[in-house]
Parts: sequence; C-alpha cells; structure tokens
Amino acid sequence: MEIKKYFYFFLSGYFSSFNQEMKPDQNVFQKMFFSLVNLPVPPNLTIMWNFGSLLGTCLFIQILSGLLLACHYTPDVSYAFDSVVYIMREVNNGWLIRSIHVNGASAFFVCIYIHIARGIFYHSFFKKHTWLVGCTILLVLMGIAFTGYVLPWGQMSYWGATVITNLASAIPYIGTDLVEWMWGGFCVGNATLKRFFVVHFLLPFMLMALSGVHIFYLHETGSSNPLGVDSDGEAVPFHSFYTLKDLVGIVVLIWLVGVVCLCFPDFFSDPINFNPADPLKTPTHIQPEWYFLFAYAILRSIPNKLGGVLGLVLSVAVLYIMPFFPKGYQRGIQYNIFAQSLFWGFVGNFVFLSFIGACPIEHPYDLMGVVSSVVYFLFFPLYILSYLSWDYVLMEIIHPGEKKTHVHVFSVARSVYLKLKNIVSSW
Amino acid sequence: MAGLVGRATRDALLKVPGAVQGQNARMMSSTTARNMKRAAVVGLGGLAVAGTTIYMAGLNESKVYASDMELHPPKYPWPHKQFLKAFDHDSLRRGYEVYKNVCSACHSLQYLHYRDLVGVIFTEDEAKAEAAENMVVDGPNDDGEMYEREGKLTDRLPKPYPNPEAAAAANNGVEPPDLTYIVRGRHGEEDYIFALLTGYKDAPAGVKLGEGVHYNPYYPGGAISMAMALYNEIIEYSDGTPATQSQLAKDVTTFLAWTAAPEHDLRKWMAIKLTLLGTIFLVSSFFFKRHRWAYLKTKQVALKK
Repeated sequence: MEIKKYFYFFLSGYFSSFNQEMKPDQNVFQKMFFSLVNLPVPPNLTIMWNFGSLLGTCLFIQILSGLLLACHYTPDVSYAFDSVVYIMREVNNGWLIRSIHVNGASAFFVCIYIHIARGIFYHSFFKKHTWLVGCTILLVLMGIAFTGYVLPWGQMSYWGATVITNLASAIPYIGTDLVEWMWGGFCVGNATLKRFFVVHFLLPFMLMALSGVHIFYLHETGSSNPLGVDSDGEAVPFHSFYTLKDLVGIVVLIWLVGVVCLCFPDFFSDPINFNPADPLKTPTHIQPEWYFLFAYAILRSIPNKLGGVLGLVLSVAVLYIMPFFPKGYQRGIQYNIFAQSLFWGFVGNFVFLSFIGACPIEHPYDLMGVVSSVVYFLFFPLYILSYLSWDYVLMEIIHPGEKKTHVHVFSVARSVYLKLKNIVSSW
Repeated sequence: MAGLVGRATRDALLKVPGAVQGQNARMMSSTTARNMKRAAVVGLGGLAVAGTTIYMAGLNESKVYASDMELHPPKYPWPHKQFLKAFDHDSLRRGYEVYKNVCSACHSLQYLHYRDLVGVIFTEDEAKAEAAENMVVDGPNDDGEMYEREGKLTDRLPKPYPNPEAAAAANNGVEPPDLTYIVRGRHGEEDYIFALLTGYKDAPAGVKLGEGVHYNPYYPGGAISMAMALYNEIIEYSDGTPATQSQLAKDVTTFLAWTAAPEHDLRKWMAIKLTLLGTIFLVSSFFFKRHRWAYLKTKQVALKK
C-alpha cells in the first residue's frame, strides 16, 4: 500500500516533496527514497547537468543488454565469433540487443566526456570526493569497454587486445611477467578471453557501487550551478522538477541511441571486426574504438615505449590532480573569455587528437600528434593561469591595492599589469 | 585599456558575490550560453588556424609515392541505402543466382541456412527444392554409421571445400574468404565490393605481379589472387534480365548486403516506429516538464524599499 502510494506520488507532477520529511519510524528504504525526492537542488541547472542521469541510464541499458547477451555468448576462442553471429542471426531480436550494447557503449562515452567537460568548465572538480570517485568511474568504464571489445573475437578484438596488453611490458622489472599473468599464457588466447569475459561481467556491478558513492558524495555538498554562486538561498526539490527534466533527457538519449542502432548500426564500429580473429594475419592498421583514440594518439606520439605508456596513463590520470588546483574567486569560467577560449581549444584539440589516433603513423600525422599531445597536457597549467590571472585583473580593477589571497603567485603579472595601467592612464 | 576592461566586466562581476538572485537565473544562463558560443568560435577558430599551419608545414615536407596510391571506390546510389527503402527482392533473387553459379565455386556462405531464404528469395517449396539439390552427410544412424541424405531447410549452404587447407591449396595458397559478412567487413561496404568486381584492369607499366595474381586498383596493394569472375552474359537470369557485368555485380552485391544484414528490412520498419513513438514521448515529456516548471519560470520577485 505504501509503495503504491509513493508510486502514485511519483507519477503525479504535483507531489510537494518538501512536505514529506523524514520521520523516525521510516525504514532505511523510505529514508533513501525521501533523501532523493527531497534533495534541494539549485533551480537554474541547465541541460549540461542532465548528463549524470543519462550516464545512469546508459549503465542500466548496458547491464540489461549485457545480461541478455551473456545468456548466449560463449567465451572460447573456437566459438566466440560464431556465438556472436548466432546472437545476431538466430536469437530473437539478438541483432538489436547487440546493436544496443555496442552503440550504448559509445553513448556512454559521449555522455561521460560531456559530463567531465561540464565539470571542468564549471569547476565542479573542486568537489574533491565526488570528482575523485568520478575519475575512478571513468577508469573502470574504460576497463569495461576494453575487455568488452575483445569478446567478439574479431580481428580488431584480437589485435587490439595484443597491442594494449603488451603495453604493460614497458613497466621495468615486472612488465613481462605482468603481461603473461594477464594473458594466462604466452600470448592472447583462450585463457585471456575467458578472464576478460569475467572481468567484463563483474566490473559493471563495481561501477554501479561507485556510482552510488559518487551520488552520495554529491548529495553531501549539493550540485553546483551555472552562476557559480551559493544556491542555499533558493533551491527546489529534486522531485518532480528534475525527475521530469531528466526524463526529457532520457527520452532524447533513448531516441538517439535507437536511431543509431536501427539506421546506422555500424557507425561506431570497425569493419575489420566482422572478420574472425586470425593470429597469423596482422591488420594493416590497428586502432581502438573512437573513445580511446585521444589516449592512443598520445601513446603513439612518444617514441619511447615506457614514455608512451606513461603519456597514455597520464592523459586520464591528470584528471585526478584537478581537485588540488588553486581556487579562484569565481566558481567556473562562465565570465572569463580567455579561459573559455582555452577550454574550447582543449575540446577542439581532444577531437583533433582522436582524428590523429585514427590516422596511420606517417608524415604529417606523426608531427601533428606530437604537437597535439603537448597542447593536451599544456591545457591544465594554462587553465589554472587563465582563471587565476583573470580573477586577479578583475579584482585589481574593483578593489585596487587590496591584499589578495592568490596574488603571490602572480607578482610578475601584477607588475606588468600596473605598468600597463600607468601607460594607459598617462595617455 | 584597463578602464575599458573594467567597464566591460564590472557589471557582470558585481552580480556574482552575495545572495542568490534567482529571478536572474535564466537571464544569466542565456548570457552564459552566448558567451560560450562566442568562446567556442574564438577557440575553434584559433585551433583551425593552428591546425592549418601545422598541416601546411607537414605537407611542405611530405613526399608522395606512386606505391602509396590506393583507389577508393566511388559512391554508388544503392536503393536499399535510402532511409525508407527495403531491399529489392528481385535483385536479391538474381544475386543468389550469381552466387550459386559463379561465386560458390570458391566462396562459402557458412552462416546462411536454406530456411533464411524463405520469404526473401524463395517460397518455402522453392527453398525446399533448392536445398534438396544437395546431398548432405548426416548421422550417425542407429547403427553408428554416417549416411547421405537430401538437403533440408535447416541445413546451411554447402561449402566449396572440405577444410581451409584444401581451400588454400586450390587457390594459390590463399583461402577465399567467407562471404556472409563480406559487405560489413570491408571499408566502403557495397561500393567496395561492386568496384572490386568490375574494376579489373591490366597492370600498369612498372607493376610486376606474381604468378596467378591479378591487378585490381581497388584491392589494397593492387595485387589480388581472385581472377575477374564476372563477364557479360556469364549466366542467364531466370527472369530474363540482361546479364551485363555491371548488372551481375550489382545483384550479387545486393545479395551479399542482405546476407550480412538479413534484419535490414525489419530494422528500417522498427526505425519508422521508433521515430513516431519517440516523437510522441519526447513532445509529451517535454510539455509535462514545461508545465511543472511553469510557475517557477514565471515567478517574479518584488523588493520593497
């Protein structure tokens, strides 16, 4: 009866959840339910704040479709490719389930990259715990995607697994042993496929748990907002304002994924993977899925193997240091044209790196990859400079001569600025 | 200069600190959106200039070799590639005839059953008769012995060779690929297959080919083990269509596109349903959301002096 009542309230858009306060006699599920329903949220969140719920939707879709696929998949090198073909040709709507799973992975990465970009733009990375758990979610997601790509046992699956697992051999002393331990033998084979399947099956549940921790930490502090100001003075309950707003985003996401699955099912896939794995025949051009191309381009741009692997790891691990960036006066770069230019340049460079990752290693792409990789890592220190220096310039205009908290770092910039100011005022 | 910067930014900055100004939220957000667009243009413009400079610098040093040249297939107007078009089933039937009489001598379709042809290329009786043309080894029987029987709808199409080694031995050391997923398994899809089948040429001067190897500019590297297989009137279509080389290539390519994606027609039918249902759900959820947000969006705050 209680559940029915809550469900009815959930469906009605007029449930004033602020009135449903937590009471001592509520059980833990009721408390969790009302903590979500009553969550105070800033009223001015834009569409950029929709991607968290979209990521949750992606995770749900992937786990559901993955469980259905696992019912028919055979993790054995002799049968893996044929079992995937069986799913696509013999299982009822198996082609659709597989297409949803494959293209759902791409949708997952589109959403998570936009989610991260929003966090960088609006300085959400200063929510330390939430951000650090989020970075771990990204790493786990990449692990899931990589192990999942090996499972169809096509040409690119096999050679992708060979190339990427071999990277660990660059680690001094333990590298070779580590690679053989991962393979379960002396090359990528049956043992590798079986353990990759197990990892691919289990990690999504870990991702679910991490998502719970991510949301828990977010609810500790509350959401940021596009203005970058404290929103405690005016907030609305999560339900039904943001449940309905998220619902619109979820409908759009499902619609878009559906259109890709039904109209362009191979859009994100490599045709080579429709050929069964052949350890004796190396493809002319080995490349990962599109969502790994930026890191792959960085890997290839560094001639030293260990250096390349470090570059690859750092390209993602660099996100972990962002919560420790010095804080500026403003929360976000929404009023900072210089930092915004830098940010959009970074986004463009990310796309460009992905393009380079898909190109063969030859002139001029090799040179472009090096330049683009350097620009990728330069963004992070320049970003700090861009928002701190802009804050400083603005504060100097409004409160000249007042002591600032971050001015010590910019003593040189300050002297240059004052000289310029003197020159301008003398005119 | 500093004065200009100050005047341009002071108003915006002064709104940031202090209490929340909820009534200005949407206005500020739209201002932010405009700033973001402007920043995007500036940033991407800068990136484009930098990228072009690097690219031009790269081109300046790059060399072009004749051996690097690989001919990409032109785009052909395949009818079934259009959003609302299904496969041309007459063409599929003709394509099956081409496969059966020409391609099946070397290439298998190992994932295709005779039952898959029912309702697409043949009627059920026609498909049964087609399957019965082959003798299939089955068993063991109650006496533990293998025996031969006529093919049934549940049988797969027969392979031309008993094993991959035999296939390679009979074809200059290279096993002819299975054709079930050949269209989805090659860059360029149908265009590539059609261009390959009709693109055989005499090797240009300077290109040396090994024994049993042929020249086809659409094949990576140019040297292909498969000889030109399709000629004008190499078979006679049962429906009387003139069997020109391009007609044969078009029909067999359409047939192979179907073998790679037999769900194609159903997929498009579902896409149409999804478009209609998605529109209904999207519009209704959007207006439901808008209805709920209306009082918040139209709220006005008056401050008393």
